[in-house]
Amino acid sequence: MLRLDNVAASYGPIEVLRQVSLEVQRGEIVCLLGGNAAGKSTTLKTVLGMLRPSGGSVVLDDQRIDRLPTEDIVRRGIALVPESRRIFARMTVWENLAMGAYSRRGAPATDFAEDLERVYTLFPRLGERATQHGGTLSGGEQQMLAIGRALMARPRLLLMDEPSMGLAPVLVEQVFEIIQTINRQGTTILVVEQNAAVALAIAHRGYVLQDGRIVMQGAAAALLDEDHIRRAYLGED
Amino acid sequence: MLDALPILPQQLVFGLALGAVYGLIALGYTMVYGVLLMINFAHGELFTIGAYVGWAVLVWLINAQLGGLHPAWVLPVLLLMAMSASGILGMTLERFAYRPLYMRGATRLGPLISAVGASIFLQNAVMLTQGARMKVYMTSLLFPRTWYLQIGGVRISALVLVMVSVALLLMWGLSLLVQRTALGRCMRAVAEDREVAAVMGVNVRRVISRTFLLGSALGGAAGVLVGLYYTQIDFFMGYSAGLKAFTAAVLGGIGNIKGAMLGGLMLGVIESLAVTFINPAYRDVVAFVVLILVLVFRPTGLLGETVPQANKV
Amino acid sequence: MSMITARRKLALAAALGAVALLAPLLAPSDYVVGVLARICLYATLALGLNIVVGFAGLLDIGYVAFFGIGSYVYAFLASPQFGLHLPFLLALPIVVLATALFGILIGAPTLRLGGDYLAIVTLGFGEITYLLLLNLDRPINITNGPSGIINIDPPALLGHTMSGNIQYYYLFLAVLALTLVASSRLQHSRIGWAWQAIREDELAARAMGINTTVAKLQAFAIGASFAGFAGALLASWQRSVFPENFLFTESINVLAMVIIGGMGSLAGVVLGAVVIVALPEIFRELAAYRLLVFGLMLMVLMIFRPQGILVPRAAAGALARAGATPAKKP
Repeated sequence: MLRLDNVAASYGPIEVLRQVSLEVQRGEIVCLLGGNAAGKSTTLKTVLGMLRPSGGSVVLDDQRIDRLPTEDIVRRGIALVPESRRIFARMTVWENLAMGAYSRRGAPATDFAEDLERVYTLFPRLGERATQHGGTLSGGEQQMLAIGRALMARPRLLLMDEPSMGLAPVLVEQVFEIIQTINRQGTTILVVEQNAAVALAIAHRGYVLQDGRIVMQGAAAALLDEDHIRRAYLGED
Repeated sequence: MLDALPILPQQLVFGLALGAVYGLIALGYTMVYGVLLMINFAHGELFTIGAYVGWAVLVWLINAQLGGLHPAWVLPVLLLMAMSASGILGMTLERFAYRPLYMRGATRLGPLISAVGASIFLQNAVMLTQGARMKVYMTSLLFPRTWYLQIGGVRISALVLVMVSVALLLMWGLSLLVQRTALGRCMRAVAEDREVAAVMGVNVRRVISRTFLLGSALGGAAGVLVGLYYTQIDFFMGYSAGLKAFTAAVLGGIGNIKGAMLGGLMLGVIESLAVTFINPAYRDVVAFVVLILVLVFRPTGLLGETVPQANKV
Repeated sequence: MSMITARRKLALAAALGAVALLAPLLAPSDYVVGVLARICLYATLALGLNIVVGFAGLLDIGYVAFFGIGSYVYAFLASPQFGLHLPFLLALPIVVLATALFGILIGAPTLRLGGDYLAIVTLGFGEITYLLLLNLDRPINITNGPSGIINIDPPALLGHTMSGNIQYYYLFLAVLALTLVASSRLQHSRIGWAWQAIREDELAARAMGINTTVAKLQAFAIGASFAGFAGALLASWQRSVFPENFLFTESINVLAMVIIGGMGSLAGVVLGAVVIVALPEIFRELAAYRLLVFGLMLMVLMIFRPQGILVPRAAAGALARAGATPAKKP
């Protein structure tokens, strides 16, 4: 579904990604692992068109998307759950979800109602707090809101940037369970994570990014077993 | 000083009228600041141009000898023309002078200087095309001086009532738009987090453009109202009105729409009080003093949450 | 200026210096000498603003306030207004000190503010200063209001009283040269580095242990003192000061001088002064359009060459800094 071929990207003179190639098949959960500043978030930004690659290509369903504006890319069915949630704190829960559905504004109103219902079922806490401002929610609730907001776009591909960050272990478990649920309901997911253990536990396949390059890849189970040292290094970060 | 007390209620009425107009202009500043984090220095000029367009239309209507010039239809026409002119001009300014800068991620210096340049350019363009002498609004043809309310010692003319009503109506309309519509939500989203808004599929450039359209149009409307009220307009009026409106926006909390309205009203009243009890020559100083006091002691303003940080791009 | 070697630079400077020294003799009229003198004066003024805006990155758009304060304080000290007639060399340090103090006074409230707000507050102070100069003739006559102060004593150095544009030109040229040396020294001193660090990233500067409060106040004080100096020179040259000399547009003129040449570049600032002062003289007939063109130029400059004329693109400093999201407009 999504393929990156030899993608290179830089922030001005600083090269962050060099020759990143990865693939996400329909229905999979793929995780992209790596330590701090390895280039994980940059990869997602490049997919979304927030950063134009200086080399290589990004292909979605056999169509190149790396030169398109972000709003067009998103309209093709990709949604993002940003790093540190980045929900709209000054807008209510409902308004956040409405913004999430913005890329589908041409669709019938019943779709919106359905999607809202689905999100509230998945995250009952959000339903309770529908009229509260995003800023008043707890960290865990904000993460749920961020995910729910992304789901409102009915994405075919969901990108998640470090969903475990800043959350207590119990919440992390919950979140990753939900990610599995979403995947079972038909959404392809690319998860970027520093917490390798948690990510590999639910993923089908994984890639490891280091200094802007893919240094390892394979089935999640294989990655988990292979190199306990690696895992210690990754898990430590 | 105390002998000024009897005229206080009357002055307060003037203050509120003025404040309503300040609020209208302030909205333009606050909206643009909200989405772009920049102070559109040229906003005052959009106000001026609105006043001139209104004047031109009024003169044309008077000369066209259409008979009954009733404010009920003339005023909306003036407002519409002025708002269109200012709105479109504001959008043009954004498209050609500011967009290249903010797309580049330019630092705060670039857009501010460009805005200053735009302000100088527009001000002089008005002066060169319309002359340096003031123009006069024939307000009395629209609002006869006999139309007024007398409450106790206070005379409230129909003009003042209409002025305040129009201003409040426009502000309320904008508030509704921002709170209840999808465009409004997009504007708020862009103001809060431009990147994430783009990821939601929002066409950020278009939202910013519409923001300029609306904010500038409101400034233009204020120009017509001020023209009608003071009857004299000149090419320089945008400068002081602009700075005062900016003060109002900051007072209320820049980026906050209700704050702009509140700040405007407060500043109008404060200015009237100061002029009543202190030397009227320092009228303009009042706004600056308020501005400096607010920025030093409560930079978030009365209703705002975002603090203007050093280093914020 | 990486293309121009150090030796070439020196040669260029020497050539320009020679031209500057001979200029009044080559000038077609006394009026032109006057213009040249004004260029030197404004270049000095702009160098002062360059410290605040160019070095430290503090966008002061009310700088004319210091210019005005300097002029008026000199007028207070050397005119019939208060009956004081202090000699030039005694009045100068007082003026400089007074202006520097005002620099600190005006700078202090702005310390916590960011770019736009700093600009607006300084603008406010500029306006307040103008209004005070205009209105402080009641209840006590301090500034003599709109009539200004006239019959200011001309400078008397070593027994010789200045007269004639040519003498003033050389005086201002000397002052400009001194100011250039002082600016260069400051730029490469510890405080100069501190200012640059603050301009680039204030948070990081503070993390490095720089006392940003003190550094910023120093920038304001020193920048203001340059303006005060220039103000005294203006007052003693024109022999009069009026509030109208110190309008907001003057602040913008000086700012433009700093920006056109390239922020922080000393040569650029002088070039800016030449451009801003000389161009209106050259395009006399188009005087009415001057401001129009000026405004347009500012807008265009920011789009196409924000780093100024002399600073090469690669070495551009604060203005051309790449943002955190470098994605170009699709």
